[in-house]
Amino acid sequence: MRIDPQAIESAAKELYIRALKILPDDVKRGFEALAARETSATAQSVLGTMIKNIAVAEATDNLLCQDTGIPIYNVTIGRGVEFGADDGVALKAAIRRGCERATREHPLRSSIVHPLTRQNAHTSCGIEVPVIHLDVADDFEGLRIEMIPKGSGSENNSWLKMAVPADGTDAVKTFVVDCVLDAGGRTCPPTIVGVGVGGTADLCVHLAKRAAIRPLGTHCGDPAGASLEEELSAAVNLLGVGPQGLGGDSTAFAVHVELAATHITMNPVAVNMQCHSARRASATITPGGVRYGF
Amino acid sequence: MAHHELTAPVTEAQVRALRIDDTVTLQGVLFGIRDATQIALFDRDRKTRFDLAGHAVIHTAPNVKKVPPSPEHPAGYAPLCVGTTTSARMERFTRPLLGELGVRLIIGKGGLGKASLAAFCELGGAYLAVIGGTAALETTWVEGIEDVDLDDLNPESLWRFRVRDFGPLRVAMDSHGGSIYAAVDAGARTKRAAALAALGVKAR
Repeated sequence: MRIDPQAIESAAKELYIRALKILPDDVKRGFEALAARETSATAQSVLGTMIKNIAVAEATDNLLCQDTGIPIYNVTIGRGVEFGADDGVALKAAIRRGCERATREHPLRSSIVHPLTRQNAHTSCGIEVPVIHLDVADDFEGLRIEMIPKGSGSENNSWLKMAVPADGTDAVKTFVVDCVLDAGGRTCPPTIVGVGVGGTADLCVHLAKRAAIRPLGTHCGDPAGASLEEELSAAVNLLGVGPQGLGGDSTAFAVHVELAATHITMNPVAVNMQCHSARRASATITPGGVRYGF
Repeated sequence: MAHHELTAPVTEAQVRALRIDDTVTLQGVLFGIRDATQIALFDRDRKTRFDLAGHAVIHTAPNVKKVPPSPEHPAGYAPLCVGTTTSARMERFTRPLLGELGVRLIIGKGGLGKASLAAFCELGGAYLAVIGGTAALETTWVEGIEDVDLDDLNPESLWRFRVRDFGPLRVAMDSHGGSIYAAVDAGARTKRAAALAALGVKAR
């Protein structure tokens, strides 16, 4: 199968709009799980409003949240895709066009500005944005594009700490708890707390983002990481920050951890938050057509 | 925990009657402001032709569609999705909003800090919490966009919305020193040691 820029462009457009309107099933189930065990009346009411909003967005074909986010496209090239010398450039350009078309044609609020002049081109595009990551995999046929409209309320709550080996895993745990405390209601809890441990500074932050956008109910592939995320998930929900920072048990849907090996002298930890509007959409493009999902 | 139906402009006495955990439903006019709007007004001395005295502002930058001006859309904009953004970034603008422009109510999400709470107490203001991230629902409370100023800042223009049954909103910070956010934060920090103990970490 060859890369078809037209198909990529229309999928990139469709994905942005779908992601903004339909919350993934795992997140909907996450709300149900929180509501089932929430003991605060205020928090129950806040969760109820959030659950109602999901239904209103679907019924009125509207965006879940006004924040159209920073558009991120994670592209995975699977089996059977012929990837020639020019295809990478064409693929990125097609995604950019799709992102811009979604913004102009729906229309969507362009949330993207030049970082210094603060000029908004009203295209949701700019230098290095949309963020596009290219990766490869051999466990499926075709090309998969995952779209994440990353909201700023949660993205503004991102941290990196270059802890040292002598600080141990205790530093990682303490850092996560303190980030959740410092974020309070500003990050639109209940959240998915993404934690990156290890790697270089930039990889560590990237791991935290990957953890934050991972579907609920999935686990870290490394047993030590999986055990850490289970412990942290229980601990942060002891703090009582609650939905919207108004108090309650439901501070986080979960803490997700992603790991990378690191240097003998290093112990980096990063946190990236995902707000309760944990939006994502995906498209798998095969010779048979395009299949949309989460 | 009382419920208040308010139509702006409101008086200082109406705002001073609000207490945390009360609820408010707003009718009529609501102004939309954001980071760039307030940087323009307070750092760059730009002026607005709108009179905000006694009014409510909401921290927002809506999704809108350009349409021909009509009685339904007099400003030439149809509201598509109107939600609320994180207030904390705009903490330093609370005092001039109240002191210079006479704003009485700030609607936002996630709360404001100590300086804002002091301004609410001194000048007579309150913070009303919307549930962040529920913009589809919030949009059903917005009847239209009546007018817009400073539109070169779009989408961070100064918007004048007409709203109906906007709420219920929760009074989360009042003019008597009450702040749900400060209380929840203080409570959460007392639980830090327990959370770290559950993780097998000694609090340092």
